[in-house]
Amino acid sequence: MENLKQILADALNAVAASETESALDDVRVHYLGKKGALTALLKQLGNVSAEDRPKFGQLVNEAKGQVQEKITERKSKLAKAALDAKLATETIDISLSGKGQEIGGLHPVTRTMERIENFFRGIGFDVAAGPEIEDDYHNFEALNIPAHHPARAMQDTFYFNPTTVLRTHTSPVQVRTMETSQPPIRIICPGRVYRCDSDQTHTPMFHQVEGLLIDENISFADLKGILQQFLNVFFEDDLKVRFRPSYFPFTEPSIEVDIMRTNSKGEESWLEVLGCGMVHPKVLEMSGIDSEKYTGFAFGMGVERFAMLRYKVDDLRMFFENDLRFLKQFK
Amino acid sequence: MKISENWLREWVNPSISSDDLVAQITLAGLEVDEVLPVAAEFSGVVVGEIISAEPHPNADKLQVCQVSDGAEQFQVVCGAPNARAGIKIPFAKIGAVLGADFKIKKAKLRQVESFGMLCSASELGVSDDNDGIMELPSAAPTGEDFRAFLGLDDQIIDVDLTPNRSDCLSLAGLAREVGVLNKVDLTPVVVAAADVSIDDTFPVRVEAVDACPRYLGRVIRGVNVGAATPLWMTEKLRRSGIRSIDPIVDITNYVMLELGQPMHAFDLANLSGSVVVRMATAGEKIVLLDGQEVSLREDTMVIADDKAPLAIAGVMGGEGSGVNVDTQDVFLESAFFAPIALAGKARSYGLHTDSSHRFERGVDATLQEKAIERATALVLEIAGGQVGPIVREEAPASLPEAAVVTLRRKKLDQYLAVSIDKDLVTDILTRLGLEMLEVTDEAWTTKAPSHRFDIAIEADLIEEVARIYGYDNLPSSMPQAAVNFTPQSESKTPIQALRSVLVAHGYQEAITYSFIDPVLSKQFLPDIEPVPLANPISADMGVMRPSLIPGLVKAYLHNQNRQQSRVRLFETGRRFIGTVDALDELDQQQQISGLIAGSRDSEAWYHNSDKVDFYDLKAHVDALFDLNDGRQPTYERSQCEFLHPGRSADVFVDGEFVGILGELHPQLSKTLGANQPLYVFDIALAAVIDAKLPEYKAISKFPEVRRDLALLVDRSVPVADLEKVISEFAGDAFKEVLVFDVYQGQGIDETKKSVALGLTWQHPSHTLSDEEVNNSVETIVAALAEKLGAVVRG
Repeated sequence: MENLKQILADALNAVAASETESALDDVRVHYLGKKGALTALLKQLGNVSAEDRPKFGQLVNEAKGQVQEKITERKSKLAKAALDAKLATETIDISLSGKGQEIGGLHPVTRTMERIENFFRGIGFDVAAGPEIEDDYHNFEALNIPAHHPARAMQDTFYFNPTTVLRTHTSPVQVRTMETSQPPIRIICPGRVYRCDSDQTHTPMFHQVEGLLIDENISFADLKGILQQFLNVFFEDDLKVRFRPSYFPFTEPSIEVDIMRTNSKGEESWLEVLGCGMVHPKVLEMSGIDSEKYTGFAFGMGVERFAMLRYKVDDLRMFFENDLRFLKQFK
Repeated sequence: MKISENWLREWVNPSISSDDLVAQITLAGLEVDEVLPVAAEFSGVVVGEIISAEPHPNADKLQVCQVSDGAEQFQVVCGAPNARAGIKIPFAKIGAVLGADFKIKKAKLRQVESFGMLCSASELGVSDDNDGIMELPSAAPTGEDFRAFLGLDDQIIDVDLTPNRSDCLSLAGLAREVGVLNKVDLTPVVVAAADVSIDDTFPVRVEAVDACPRYLGRVIRGVNVGAATPLWMTEKLRRSGIRSIDPIVDITNYVMLELGQPMHAFDLANLSGSVVVRMATAGEKIVLLDGQEVSLREDTMVIADDKAPLAIAGVMGGEGSGVNVDTQDVFLESAFFAPIALAGKARSYGLHTDSSHRFERGVDATLQEKAIERATALVLEIAGGQVGPIVREEAPASLPEAAVVTLRRKKLDQYLAVSIDKDLVTDILTRLGLEMLEVTDEAWTTKAPSHRFDIAIEADLIEEVARIYGYDNLPSSMPQAAVNFTPQSESKTPIQALRSVLVAHGYQEAITYSFIDPVLSKQFLPDIEPVPLANPISADMGVMRPSLIPGLVKAYLHNQNRQQSRVRLFETGRRFIGTVDALDELDQQQQISGLIAGSRDSEAWYHNSDKVDFYDLKAHVDALFDLNDGRQPTYERSQCEFLHPGRSADVFVDGEFVGILGELHPQLSKTLGANQPLYVFDIALAAVIDAKLPEYKAISKFPEVRRDLALLVDRSVPVADLEKVISEFAGDAFKEVLVFDVYQGQGIDETKKSVALGLTWQHPSHTLSDEEVNNSVETIVAALAEKLGAVVRG
C-alpha cells in the first residue's frame, strides 16, 4: 500500500517534470507500460489476501487512471507550447501593404451626379437620357425660346449649322419625355451640356441634372418643399435657403435658389445653386399636355457647382484635366 | 445696368438703408450683381482755387502755387503742367488721407515747403484720367468739402436684369419698381413741351413701318457743342459707366439712362435730302462710329438719307453723320423700333450697344415724345439753340397694344397653394400699373401698362403677384402623389455596377471633353470625317469625338508628363459618327472605354514589376460582360487602324460588332509621345448592359474526373479553336476545359507551340468509369489531330 502511494507520487512528479513529448512517453512506458511500475503492482495482486484483493486492484487502477490523465493533460500542454513556438517563428510584418490590385475611384462629377440621382429615385423619379447633338426645336423652340429671343444670348450656344446645336441644357430630354408620355411625369435628366464659354469659372462642357414633375395640382409650394429638402439632404446640413424671382423662358414663375454660405472668416453670403420654376403653360401645350388640367415644376442644377461645394474644390478646370493626383482624392 | 443710388433716391426715397434696398431689389427679381463705391476712399479734400502759380526755383517741372481754401492760403508745390492761376481744383490739405493710409503731411520739395497736394481725378478714384490735376467748374464753391461737392457719398448699384425686365433698364423703371415694393410715391422729372422758336424741320420717310412704327425727329439750330456738360450730368453718366463725349451725345445718353429711350443725334449739315428709315440693300456699306466698315444685309434696318445709310437703326450711328466739334445744328431722333426687327441683329455684326440691348428687349412704345422733349430741354439748358417742331411719322396699326389679361382666383390659389386676400392682389396689381378692367371674387381682368409689355398671359400675373408678395412668404410642402413602383429590370445591369467593376480593377474614372482636335481625330481614325462645330471654342476642340480613345490617350499623356507611369482610366459617354444633315441617323452611341498602361500592380515590396499586357485588358473587358452573366463576347482579330495589328481584337456579341480592344498602334503611340505601350478598349455600353436572370441548375453528386492533355500545334492555331473542338467531341458529361500552360520557344519546333489543357468531366447521374473517360479522350485527340493538326506531346 505504502508502495503504491510512493509509486503514484513518483509517477505524477515525473509527468510534471517532462519537458518533451518523448520524455513524457518514457514516463508513460516506465509506469503504465507492460513492464511499468504500476502495471507490475497489478501483477503482484496474487500476493494480496483475497479479502483485500478487490480493493487493492481498484486502488492501482485508479492510480493508473490518474497518471494517464495527467500524461494526456501534460501532452496537450506540451503540444500547444510546441505549436506556439513554431508559430512564433512564422511571424510576419503586418504593417506591409496587401498584395494585388488597389481600388480605383469614380470621378467627383459622377459621384455627385449619382448622389443627386439617388435622392430623386428615392422619391419616385425616373432617370431619362437623350441626345447631346440636338435640333433647334427641342433645345430652344419647344422651351419657348424662339429664334432671336434675347434668352438665346444668355446661353452661348455651340452650333453645327443654324438648326443643329450641342444641347445647352438637359431640358430637351424633358421635352422629349413630355412629347411621348402623359402626366404624371416625374423624371430627372442628368448629363453633359455645352456652352461656348471658357474661363476661370466656365468650362465649355459641364454637367446638369434637371428635373420635371407634372401632375394635377402641383404648386409652387411643392417646388419649394422638394428643393429645400433636397438641399438639406444633399449637403447634410440644415441650410438657410432663399427663393428669388428670376427669369427663364420655359418657366413662370421662375426662381433662383440661393443657399447661405459661411466663409472661413465667418462672413455669410448667398450663393446661387439652382434655377427652377413652374413649367410655362406654352411649354406644356407645345408638347401636347393640357395646361388647364396639369401644372408642374422644373428645376436644374450644375453638377460641378455641387461637387465644388461638397468636396471643397476651388478650381473648376480640375474636373476635366483628368490628373490622377486629383482623381485619386475621391474615393 | 449700373446706377447711382443717390440718383435713384432723387426719384424714390423709401426709408430703408442701402443694404436693405439692395436686398429688396434682388428679392424682387432684379438681381444686384455688386455694389461699388463711386470714388476712392479719401477725406480732408476741399475745393481749392489756385491764386498764383510760379516756376519752382530749383526744378524745371515743378511749380509753386498759392492755393486758397476760401479762408486761408497755402503754398503747394505741384508737378502738374495744367496747374495755373484761376482754376478750381481738388485740394488735399495737411491731414487729408487718400486711399487707405496715404496721409498728406507738410513736405519740402527741392528746398521749397509744400502744405498739401493738388489732386488728379484718378488719385481720387473718380475717373481713370491721370492727365494733370482735375479742373473743376469755376462756379465750384471754394472751401467746400470735395466729397460733398461731387456727392461722392454714394454707391453704384449694378443690377443684372433678366431679358424680360427691360422696363427696368432705366432710372425711371427701377424707381417705379422700388416705389411698388415700398408703397412710396415717385418724384419723377417733370417734362414739358419745349417752346418751339423756329419752323425748321427735316423730312422723314419711314419705309419699314412694321419695324419702325414710330419715328420722331426734331431740328435744333445753333447749339454750342463746345459747352461743358455740367458736372452733375457727367457724374451720373460716369456712375453708370458712360464716358462724357460732348454735351449733345451726353444728353442723348443721359435721357436713355433716365427714361429708357435710346436716342441719336445727327449733325444736320451732314444729312442730305431726307431721313429714310428702310431696310438695307444687300452689300451696302457703312462706316460705324467705332471706325469699322460693315457690309449690310437685307434683314437690317438702317437710318439713311437720300444718299447713303447713316446708322444701323437702334444699334450704332455712322462715323460721318454724328455730332462733332464743328456741329452747329442737330437733328434729334427718338424712335420706337420693334424688338423682333432688331433681335439678334447687333450680335450678327459682332456689335452690342446700350441702344441695341434696350431695343432688342423692348422699349416702352409710348415713350418717344417724352424723351425727345426731355432731351430738347436739356440741350437748351446746356448748349442753347433754337428749337423746331417735332416731325412725327407713325403707323398706329403696327404699334404694340396693351394686353388684356385675366387672372382667375382658382388658378392663382392652385399655383401658389395659398389664398391671398383679394384686396391685396388688387393692390399689388394696381401698384404695378395694371389697370383693373373688372374685379370679381372669381377673377381680375386687367390691362397691362405700356412699359410692361412682358405681361401677356395669366401665368405672368401669377408671377407678379407671387413676386411682390414675396417668394419666401409663400408656403412650402412636399407634393402628394400616389405611391408607385418604378419598373426595375433585372436583365439590365445598372451603369453604376459596370463602373464599380472597373473601379474594383483599379481604374480611375475620367471625364474628357466631347470635342477634340480634328488632327488627333484623323490620327486615330483617318477614314472617319468627324462632326465639326461651326463655332468651336478653339481649333483643338473643333470636332465631336468619333471615339473616346483619343481623349483617354490625351489624359494618359497629361499624367505621363506628371510622373504618373501606372495609369488606369475609364470613361463612359457618347461618341459621334455621321453627319448632322441627317440628325436622326447620327450615331450618338454611349460607350464605355478604358486605357491601361504601366505595371500590373503598384510598385510594392513583393517584386511585382510585371507590365500590363493585352490579357490584363481582356480580363477587364470580360469582367464587364461577366458581371451579370449577360451576352457572351467573342473575339476576332481586329483591323482597327489605331491598334497594333497583332495585339488587338474586335468584340462581337451574337455576331454583332460591339467594340474593340488592344494595344495602341506603336507608331501612333510614338507619334503622340507615349513612353510605354498603351492598352485600350472601347465597347458599346448597350452590349454590356444586358444581363441574364440567374437560373439554378442541380449540382451533380458524383465526382469530377480530370485529364490533362499537352498538345503540339501550329502557332497560328488559336487556342480557342482547340477548346471548340474539345467541347464538340468530349461527350455529354464534359464539364469544362482550362488552359494551364502555353509555351513556344526552345525545345520545340519553331513553328509550333505547346498547349497544356485540363479537361473535366462530371456526369449528373453516375460515377464515370475510367473507360468512359479514356474513350472521350481518344475521340478528342483524334479530332484535334484531324481538324487542327495537333499532336499529343510525348
